[in-house]
Amino acid sequence: MLAETAPRPTVTRTAASRWGFLQGWDAAIIAAVLLSILVASVMVDGFASPRNAGFLLIDMIPILLLALPMTLIILTGEIDLSVASIAGFISCVFGALWSGGLPLETIIPLCLVLGAISGAVNGFLVSVLGLPSLAVTIGTLALYRGLAFVVLGDQAVTSFPRVITSGLQAKIGTSGIPVWIIPVLLLAVVFGVILHFTAFGRSLFAIGYSEHAARFSGITVARTKFWLFVVSGAIAALVGIWWTLRYGSARGDNATGLELSVIAAVLLGGVSIFGGKGNLPGVIAGVALLAILRNALQLASVPEDTLSMLTGGLLIAAVVAPNAVTWARSARKRPLTT
Amino acid sequence: MDDTYTHGVDLRSSPAAADDPVPILELRGIHKAFGAVKALRGANLSLLRGQVTALVGENGAGKSTLVKTLAGLHQQDQGHVLLDGEEVSFRDPLQAREAGIAVIYQEPTMFPDLTVAENIFMGRQPLGRFRRIDRKLMRRMAVELFTQLGVRIDPDRSAQGLSIADQQVVEIAKAISLDARVLIMDEPTAALSGVEVERLFAVTRTLQDRGAAVLFISHRFEEVFALADWITVMRDGAHVLTAPAAELSIDQVIRQMVGRDVASLFPKQDAKIGGVALEVRKLSRKGVFHDISFTVNAGEIVGLSGLVGAGRSEVARAVFGVDKYDAGEVLILDKPLKPLSPSAAMAAGVGLVPEDRRKQGLVMELPVSRNLTLTLRHKLSRFGLLTNRSEAATTRDWAKRLQIKAGSPNSPISTLSGGNQQKVVLGKWLATGPKILIIDEPTRGIDVGTKSEVHRLISELAGNGLAVLMISSELPEILGMSDRVLVMHEGRLTAELSRSEATEETVMTAATGVESPNKEPKA
Repeated sequence: MLAETAPRPTVTRTAASRWGFLQGWDAAIIAAVLLSILVASVMVDGFASPRNAGFLLIDMIPILLLALPMTLIILTGEIDLSVASIAGFISCVFGALWSGGLPLETIIPLCLVLGAISGAVNGFLVSVLGLPSLAVTIGTLALYRGLAFVVLGDQAVTSFPRVITSGLQAKIGTSGIPVWIIPVLLLAVVFGVILHFTAFGRSLFAIGYSEHAARFSGITVARTKFWLFVVSGAIAALVGIWWTLRYGSARGDNATGLELSVIAAVLLGGVSIFGGKGNLPGVIAGVALLAILRNALQLASVPEDTLSMLTGGLLIAAVVAPNAVTWARSARKRPLTT
Repeated sequence: MDDTYTHGVDLRSSPAAADDPVPILELRGIHKAFGAVKALRGANLSLLRGQVTALVGENGAGKSTLVKTLAGLHQQDQGHVLLDGEEVSFRDPLQAREAGIAVIYQEPTMFPDLTVAENIFMGRQPLGRFRRIDRKLMRRMAVELFTQLGVRIDPDRSAQGLSIADQQVVEIAKAISLDARVLIMDEPTAALSGVEVERLFAVTRTLQDRGAAVLFISHRFEEVFALADWITVMRDGAHVLTAPAAELSIDQVIRQMVGRDVASLFPKQDAKIGGVALEVRKLSRKGVFHDISFTVNAGEIVGLSGLVGAGRSEVARAVFGVDKYDAGEVLILDKPLKPLSPSAAMAAGVGLVPEDRRKQGLVMELPVSRNLTLTLRHKLSRFGLLTNRSEAATTRDWAKRLQIKAGSPNSPISTLSGGNQQKVVLGKWLATGPKILIIDEPTRGIDVGTKSEVHRLISELAGNGLAVLMISSELPEILGMSDRVLVMHEGRLTAELSRSEATEETVMTAATGVESPNKEPKA
């Protein structure tokens, strides 16, 4: 060991590491996506049609959007449970401003800024005051949902022009693919590049694994976390606007419970709830898997309660599975002891 | 001390031959491989009743793997483990513990919110009526254990804030309460100050008198020779030599460890000393350090000495901006440095190689390249993008310059030996091109060969005009390397000594507090 100072040949390793992210959990989740498409196409009537593909993809949009910042936040070891409430809050603000007669080009930026501010409140409490994000965002989950009802009460604003609401459903030619999935996928690519190919992305992994070591390496941990929550809030606002226009209705209970699906998809995508571990392609696969399962079961007339149970079950499974593998390994090594 | 060696009857240099007094524990021809890496290839060890055996070897020689095999954490691929002459195999740590083997690690893990007594008897608390824990009895048993060891620790205090030395003693007390016959101490003294080491040694001798076999692992030769009856040397995973300590010299042991002669442990070159690079003015933090003022010039190595807990690392962390300070200021090249901002310190040209490699220096879950380039994230980015390829290339470059032995840039950092890990931390900061480098314990837990390499490196860097502030608990290192020595005692600077003034006596006098040299830290 002493004499070996020359670096070893590295040919085989490079090839292995380039595809390394496709091993293990990622490979399993992608296989699960393909398998569920296959099984659903055979077993469920109407699943394999352009029309249904369109529905499926358009339903994926809000979850995919929210999953992007959520991935970064969970990677740093934090969590944002308030995203669906921010979306609902912004939906109501959007409706109120619309019925107040403001034009869309004023409303949309205002809503995005308000979403960012809502996220900044989370960020301030977590990074400046150092409070646990789990507690902070459970608090703001209730707070922003309450604000949503303060803005619109139990009313709904539905006076949106059909041109806009049906425009959101536009398809690319006859393929059934919705037009608006394209910018969302582009945004996913942007997030993927930021996470995996920038200095900022590197710092997120370091923070997630060891906040201490990250600080000692000159990474501004608090500032980084703050901005993640701001981005999360802004994207939640975007989802709030999307939700309002897609369903043509601004209501206080819009997007209720959506955070559960988002977190389930992110964890299913292989992101560790303890931080540090995960990647964006996996998360996209996780979002897809959840969307396909829900869509197929809905077509098969499975009731909504059961779907909710499925989401919850998958969330737990996603947290348990990586640990279960470890347990299984150590249990195999260790015979019964008294 | 002398008669302890001789009552082992036959002083044989081969452990295989020493079967007259049957060793409590014996390892024969242990082999262990992790994938392609052969960590152990023919390791032998025998531990005798009432004797202390020191296990020495460079980092990566296989000492830790051997200890983990003894502790039941690893299972050997080949070879035999004999307990009282009978072959056994430990499949898990519990079996090793039941066989009477206890391991004291460098930094014990304790339950911080429980009391000392509760920590000792965790999981086997004495029960009173209705299966309730008999706290009085537990307390009495803890006091009894501490009395046997001749130490004073309050069994009712919580483990939180217990010094590392005290934590080790608590672990030893726990081992005794478990009737451990074999006690393995893996670099127990690395984080201890002189007084604490003395106390640990006293405790060890008590154990020895009680008939326990002790395995002592250390990189500090003065300790090895002060404590051990036998010395076993390992190199490259194999047994090299076992002999009575009295028959060996430090030079012989080093030669056996590295398989060559180590020219000089502390090769400090003379360097031209330039202008003031770092100036610290009246820096204070309530209850931690007070009124600290000093300068470090370009090309100079300033040693910061003192006992553990004197506030040295705290000063370093405050200068770098990881910790806050209440008063005073830090100037880098005459410009004030923004407090509490490591990124500002980095931008100003300050680097900090922290005290705790595993928690502060490295992200243990990330590979070598991600660790080494963590400080270079922005520098390596092209148009804002950072690729694995550029990180790997930089890593290979620095691995070559610092002779870091790692499988590849993508190897997990945890697979590297302590010395190579330390080189990665050094590389990570040297690559930023710092003007001032603060190094906290540059060679803690590092083998001799790497140690002198690190020393040569630091000395070379100073030769090139780098200002170095070096914190070390090892006096020879401080005395050998420093152009100037600063000494801290209980949060205050008590001496500033030139190279010629600095001796073991002057430094130790200042480090223990001039007015009350006999003062001991309260347990």
